[in-house]
Amino acid sequence: MTKFFKHIMVLAIALFMAAPTLAADDFSAQVDALNGKSFSKKIKAIEVLAEADNDRVVPVLRAMLGGDLYALKSDKTVVIAEKRGSVYLVHKADDGADLGQMAKSDIKKVRVNNKVRTVIKGILGGLTLLSPNVEQRQKAIDAVFNSRDESLLPTLKKAISREEDDALKAKMVLTKAAIELENAKDPETLSAALSVLKETPTPDVRSILTRYVASAPEDMKAEAQATLDAVESSLSMWENVGNLYRGLSLGSVLLLAAVGLAITFGVMGVINMAHGEMVMLGAYATFVVQEVFRAYMPGWFDWSLFVAIPFAFLVAGSVGVAMERGIIRFLYGRPLETLLATWGVSLILQQAVRTVFGPTNQDVSSPSWMSGAIEFTNGLQFTYNRLWIILFALLVVVGVTLILKKTAFGLQMRAVTQNRPMANSMGIKSGWVDAMTFGLGSGIAGMAGVALSQIDNVSPNLGQVYIIDSFMVVVFGGVGNIMGTVVGAFSLGIVNKFMEPMAGAVLAKIFVLIALILFIQKRPRGLFALKGRSVEA
Amino acid sequence: MAQSMKQKTVLLGFLLNDRGGQILLGLLAAAAVLVPICNIFVPESSIFHVPTYMVSLLGKYLAFALLALSVDLIWGYCGILSLGHGAFFALGGYAMGMYLMRQIGDRGVYGNPILPDFMVFLNWKELPWYWYGFDAFPFAMLMVVVVPGILAGVFGWFAFRSRVTGVYLSIITQAMTYALLLAFFRNDMGFGGNNGLTDFKDILGHDIQEDGTRIALFLATVAALALGYIICRYIVSSRLGRVLLSIRDAESRTRFLGYRVEYYKLFVFVVSAMLAGVAGALYVPQVGIINPSEFAPAVSIEIVIWVAVGGRGSLYGAVLGAFIVNYAKTYFTGALPEAWLYMLGLLFVVVTIFMPKGVVGTVPAFKDLKKKDGTSLFGKSTEAAE
Repeated sequence: MTKFFKHIMVLAIALFMAAPTLAADDFSAQVDALNGKSFSKKIKAIEVLAEADNDRVVPVLRAMLGGDLYALKSDKTVVIAEKRGSVYLVHKADDGADLGQMAKSDIKKVRVNNKVRTVIKGILGGLTLLSPNVEQRQKAIDAVFNSRDESLLPTLKKAISREEDDALKAKMVLTKAAIELENAKDPETLSAALSVLKETPTPDVRSILTRYVASAPEDMKAEAQATLDAVESSLSMWENVGNLYRGLSLGSVLLLAAVGLAITFGVMGVINMAHGEMVMLGAYATFVVQEVFRAYMPGWFDWSLFVAIPFAFLVAGSVGVAMERGIIRFLYGRPLETLLATWGVSLILQQAVRTVFGPTNQDVSSPSWMSGAIEFTNGLQFTYNRLWIILFALLVVVGVTLILKKTAFGLQMRAVTQNRPMANSMGIKSGWVDAMTFGLGSGIAGMAGVALSQIDNVSPNLGQVYIIDSFMVVVFGGVGNIMGTVVGAFSLGIVNKFMEPMAGAVLAKIFVLIALILFIQKRPRGLFALKGRSVEA
Repeated sequence: MAQSMKQKTVLLGFLLNDRGGQILLGLLAAAAVLVPICNIFVPESSIFHVPTYMVSLLGKYLAFALLALSVDLIWGYCGILSLGHGAFFALGGYAMGMYLMRQIGDRGVYGNPILPDFMVFLNWKELPWYWYGFDAFPFAMLMVVVVPGILAGVFGWFAFRSRVTGVYLSIITQAMTYALLLAFFRNDMGFGGNNGLTDFKDILGHDIQEDGTRIALFLATVAALALGYIICRYIVSSRLGRVLLSIRDAESRTRFLGYRVEYYKLFVFVVSAMLAGVAGALYVPQVGIINPSEFAPAVSIEIVIWVAVGGRGSLYGAVLGAFIVNYAKTYFTGALPEAWLYMLGLLFVVVTIFMPKGVVGTVPAFKDLKKKDGTSLFGKSTEAAE
């Protein structure tokens, strides 16, 4: 009798396991089976559970993955427990019923190992493909794409038929094609998969195809190779677009750092080795402004940069004026000494910032309108903060050009540069013009610091990173020439970024430096050399 | 006998009117005698005892002094402000370091008889070709002068030929050392990446940590500095030195008078780079490490300030400046580490504005004002620096 009963039970359980849905009682039995004796039993239980059409499956598996799944010591019921101080808030796992607070001694953790975790992750990925939440589906499809597990194919197909978001659907179709390519056997499915992959040239697809070509059956090899070639050629085009963008972005940063230098070095002929520190002061000014906004008007935080830009200009500009009046004006006509004295100032400024703010990086955050990116389907992305910086750099250049060409101050400045005694006799206070010019150059460096604080670490060494590059830009573009600085900055940035994939970041930089040194041989006065009388000025 | 005596006076005749140089050479000779005696024979309890670490420290200062001398030769006498002299110093140092690495043999952590530890670590199978020969001391010593010399020759030939002068030259020398800094940081360059070369064991078969070896290295540095000084003094007091001075003061006019300015500059630049290389080679065994940070542009600029503090264009002033600034650095980085960069920064500003002639130019002038003898004070301050 008992033997017969046992047989019936086994048969019943087997039947239920095969069934698409489990009755509520059996569902809780399967949940309790998660606390099986061995890891392989647990995995079996997880796989069975995954087939159940029950809302509780996802939270239970998540809890198990996160280590929040426990079993009651009293009757081995599997529960989800959250730690709250010294007690645990316990819910029943199968239906979410509240069991109140319990002590640590009442419950025992359901142990998992890495193998179990991998299984749960794959299944969760498949399950959340069907989630109503777009972001969860997004995450899920990325996970499925990375695992490319054949067993997820049915779920994936179901998800594709349901999906309404075009971008997500495209990604799902791509994933399906990738899975099919790696697992299917019949040529038709394979060709279909290849043609789907061809449409979406990304580095991931390239590596999938490369691997496939290496192991493809003879009859598919030619087609796969053709697809790979097509993907590679379109990928290299997109890579060039990406390099161009990154080059423009680096160029705009160099431009910002170098425009101020083009004024102090190019127009006034003063080598300011502390120029990088002006950039650094601008970045720290941004930090201070943001701290004030955080403390007093957090609601207006998105606007903090609009306060930071003029503030940084004023801080760096006034330090510049002080430097000019206090040190540099005693050294006109002695460029090498100016170089050394300003280097001294740069050491003092760095150490001062280190004393006040500490040697570590400061946290400067981007306002919400600067975060995010324009993303393309093939993985290329244009981040907004870099786009804004390119725009800002161009605005600064336009502004500086207008000041130099259209204002009375600009006129006086050019007059003093070209012929100081004559300018003096025409009633221009050349000392005042010197101070203001130097202040302008330094102030622009400060504004560059605001931009740099958005993409680089704000530390006392910030300026050192850019100083040599900005000198190179000015020398390359031609001294005393804002247009030359623009061309110099962008061409250096773009050349750098195009060489990086070929030679690596450091070697690219070395090559660019060597090329510049050779370039200076050929054209010692830069790309856009001044002609006529002003050459000797 | 008398004949050879007379020849000798003629040979070093250019030192006759060089009061500062005589004092310097005298002090060096005294140091060469006194320091080893005070280290070996004076008991440790005595205040005259010079501990071995002090011998190495003095040796380090002397190597720096030689480096400052090389910068003064081109800056003070030819108007070339090199902001990349640290590169020549470091290249000389690396050549010495490579020799010392090869002497480690199979005593490294990995016990490989040929490859230095960092190459074993990088899974390299054989020695790169440019490491060949560095197990032989004479070859390594040749490289100490040849490598910086060739770099300076190529770089200078390009720069001087196309008349890159003044601050432009300063900036591209800075770019040169910066490029080398980046290159030497790379592991696959085969120079130990950012750890550089270290853990040296032997030099010419003697344990590098031993007191006797330290003293020998100190004496070698004293000799190199003295010889370097004599070479520099010989160059600047020769006819060629006169041309250099005129290039410094009026380059275009010198060119119009028919001198090939670029060859003069190139010659003195290469000599200076070689001296810097020797300084680096003497520095490395006494400090026990060479790494890419020596290529940092900031290091090269610091060398210039030694010369500026001592007084450019006097040669012995550079030596004095190297001692003053480095002693101050050793003292302040120990006692008030926060204050050192402020001090160094102020030094740059104050020296360029108020003391363009440096200590040797300013102090005697000040003393003359008070109608006292300037040279005695010079002697005293050197002692104080030591």
